[in-house]
Amino acid sequence: MTKDNSEYLIERYNNIYEVVIGLEVHAQVTSNSKLFSSSSTTFGAEPNTQVSLVDAAFPGMLPVINEYCVKQAIKTGIGLKAEINKRSVFDRKNYFYADLPQGYQISQFKHPIVGEGTVILDMPNGQKEVGIERLHLEQDAGKSIHDMDPKNTLVDLNRSGVALMEIVSKPDMRTPDEVSAYVKKLRSIMRYLGTCDGNMEEGSLRADVNISVRIKGSDKLGTRCEIKNVNSIKFMQMAIDYEANRQVDLIEEGKTIDQETRLFDTKKNETRSMRSKEDAHDYRYFPDPDLLPLEVTDEFIEKLKTDIPELPDDKKKRFIDKFKVSPYEATILVSDIDIAKYFEEVIAKSDVKLATNWITSELFAVLNNKNLEISQSPISAKNLSKLINLIKNGTISGKIAKTIFELMMDGDKDPQIIVEEKNLKQESDPKALEALIDKIINDNREKAIEYKQGKEKLFGFFVGQAMKVSGGKANPQLINEILKKKL
Amino acid sequence: MSDITSLTLTELVKNIKDKKISSEDTTKAFIERGEKSRDLNTYITEDFANALEKAKNFDQKPNFDLKLPGVPMAVKDLFCTNGVKTTAGSKILNNFIPSYESTVTQNIWNEGAILLGKLNCDEFAMGSSNETSFFGNVQSPIDKDLVPGGSSGGSASALAANLTPITIGTDTGGSIRQPASFTGTVGLKPTYGSCSRYGIVAFASSLDQAGPMSKNVKDCALLQEIISTYDEKDSTSIDFKRNKYSKELTNNIKGKKIGIPKEYRVDGMPKKIEDLWAKGIDHAKDCGAEIFEISLPHTNYALPAYYIVAPAEASSNLARYDGVKYGFRSKGKNLIDMYEKTRSEGFGDEVQRRIMIGTYVLSSGYYDAYYLKAQKVRKLIKNDFNEAYKKVDAILTPSTPSAAFKIGAKTNDPVSMYLNDIFTVPVNLAGLPAISIPAGVDAEGYPLGLQIIGKAFDEQNILNIAYAMEEKIEFKNKITDWWIK
Repeated sequence: MTKDNSEYLIERYNNIYEVVIGLEVHAQVTSNSKLFSSSSTTFGAEPNTQVSLVDAAFPGMLPVINEYCVKQAIKTGIGLKAEINKRSVFDRKNYFYADLPQGYQISQFKHPIVGEGTVILDMPNGQKEVGIERLHLEQDAGKSIHDMDPKNTLVDLNRSGVALMEIVSKPDMRTPDEVSAYVKKLRSIMRYLGTCDGNMEEGSLRADVNISVRIKGSDKLGTRCEIKNVNSIKFMQMAIDYEANRQVDLIEEGKTIDQETRLFDTKKNETRSMRSKEDAHDYRYFPDPDLLPLEVTDEFIEKLKTDIPELPDDKKKRFIDKFKVSPYEATILVSDIDIAKYFEEVIAKSDVKLATNWITSELFAVLNNKNLEISQSPISAKNLSKLINLIKNGTISGKIAKTIFELMMDGDKDPQIIVEEKNLKQESDPKALEALIDKIINDNREKAIEYKQGKEKLFGFFVGQAMKVSGGKANPQLINEILKKKL
Repeated sequence: MSDITSLTLTELVKNIKDKKISSEDTTKAFIERGEKSRDLNTYITEDFANALEKAKNFDQKPNFDLKLPGVPMAVKDLFCTNGVKTTAGSKILNNFIPSYESTVTQNIWNEGAILLGKLNCDEFAMGSSNETSFFGNVQSPIDKDLVPGGSSGGSASALAANLTPITIGTDTGGSIRQPASFTGTVGLKPTYGSCSRYGIVAFASSLDQAGPMSKNVKDCALLQEIISTYDEKDSTSIDFKRNKYSKELTNNIKGKKIGIPKEYRVDGMPKKIEDLWAKGIDHAKDCGAEIFEISLPHTNYALPAYYIVAPAEASSNLARYDGVKYGFRSKGKNLIDMYEKTRSEGFGDEVQRRIMIGTYVLSSGYYDAYYLKAQKVRKLIKNDFNEAYKKVDAILTPSTPSAAFKIGAKTNDPVSMYLNDIFTVPVNLAGLPAISIPAGVDAEGYPLGLQIIGKAFDEQNILNIAYAMEEKIEFKNKITDWWIK
């Protein structure tokens, strides 16, 4: 098996296989109330406390579309550069399950609200486009809890009726890394738009992964398997790796692949058959007679377009063009809306180059270590920009800055105050530095002579001594100049 | 006041407003008659004690500005009523007490009316004779062992037997008009979207409409005026300008153009009905209306299309009755077993039959041939009416192809039962308003009705035509109180 960033191929004897992957992402719409009822959508509430008569499908209850959710779906469509369908239809997807109170899920089958679009991935070897097939609105089901009662399954309907966007990609991905980049990009776009918080731990974003394999170079798609409901990028990658190899093995053994739905067992790291095509549900889709077709006007869509913020691709371009940030750094800085916001706040009042370095190295290291999001950063953008300004105007050296950075983390301290309290201001008075250097040369006469005789490596020794004696506060540039003169 | 219960709604309201009778006296009279009439099996749930309490409260603080001041009435058990058991005539909702009120009934209580109880109906409104109810069949006051029609059979029977001064039913394929026709009463199926479906147990969402049932057209107009409101809680409710139907009611229909569809002259239609129809045409002429022969060419396909669309929607609408959340539950080994037992014990034969039909026509591979085709037919039927309404203002037909039949006569022949709806279902498929008024009797002396179909949102026009014809017809229901010992 070869595995690098650009290619993911599976080799068996003389055959080289490529993997074809498409994703159905279920993204929870950011909205205070549900798709067809006014119940709250807050995560983590007591079971069955956010359930209306509509959500629990009481007799005679009727769905009424939440306009805000429609706006959110259209905004997402605009963010995916997709066609917005002015007329879409809600269908009923009929099946029985204890956590599906209506006995059907209201979804969009034949006429989704959003049509074809594109997502651009920044891969190490360049950009890659992934096509979007469609985006449709649908209701989430409730939750069945099998392990709380020894005899009964319990049902929590808090999630029942929550609005989801199902975003279906074209089978355009070829590697686990592309899948990772795609999910991250989708998440990023929706977070920029405020249409989905993308929180995978809370289930706001999960995906069904469609995988098939074929001999590299073939243009025919193989039989695909769908791996249901994978809720982390890491698991998606692991599932793809297992499933692709399983399929290749079957082909190599001369067996056929059954089109089926599979589950990924995260403990055993394998996929297992859930149901075959023959056992597939007949969902008996038909237009929901309780709801009229959803029709939106051009004006409605145009008005939403004016609400669309600058999205990651545009922001990246602006960072590169305007701030001369490298493409690599720009990709990192725009990857999350909170990072981009933080960055822009810092550079509003300080040097771009220093800011880029400090954010992508020092700050990210801290966040990584502490497992924090940038929105939880112990150092505010305001104070980081102050620190950068202190470096830029020569008040402190880069080295001292690192010390101050550590101290700032304790309660987001103002770096200026730290400099004053700890007396860490850089010594840049030439006379004071000359006196300091004179003393060092005096104390190390033999080394000074060796230097003069040609042992140039010793220059570093003198610089080190100067920094040590000054407690790190000596201006390194001046030290260099004075030493050169005096030695 | 000799007999309160035989008054029309309009008379009753006038007497109460004139303080000639109290709400309590009125309520008592209907309760007493109701108690004497239990053999008709019209009530599923009596709420008499509460009704009396409410009547007394009304009398203490009367508000005579209301349109139904302290008027007691019973309603079909398909309307959810807050705190009062609502069964839809089914075992599966045998123990269901809603914590909410349907918009239509709420509108009625807002005008001062008082709930007497919940009236029997076919299970989930699926039936044309009230024989599919889990709570037993309803007797028609017209004659012993005669069906009152369905599905609003309890409503029609209670109204004709003077157990309620007025009532409401629901009409998916004729469930108001056919029982009205069978019991010598008036029944209006309003335009789809006129009355909110919120809080009404759903049968077929795209066809269901609530409507008034009354002793005369004027009462019908008054109740329609009350129950028809735009409701944001029902996405299919339509916000159109609603008339003050009772105020604007007139018998002046001079120059109105009335169409007679030739396709409604079906094979095997009893001579009595043909004669009745002809007499109706004469009456309309006498009132100054102009008569035109029209064609509704796709009429023949209405019944089969209806029996695909309605069961399809029903099969999905009834999926919620699964024993998990409310209603009847049978114990099972596991979830699927519980579903199977709950639903096969909880639903009656007719409901199961329609769920099966509906499930079948929506199945992959059959959807296009049945459901989609039926939807196309539905469009053609709508077009038929649209074409006809370019020439005429309303259409006159018989309400049913026959008079009421004996209990059990058609139980084993669902198709013959379905044929009862032949004149009423096209109206539901097209979403139009139609009213049935009593117009005569058959050889047995059983009532027969005429149906006036209007343009969408033109309830006022068909009420006016009905009002004018009612004067000419001078129908009198012969109720002998045979069931009272």
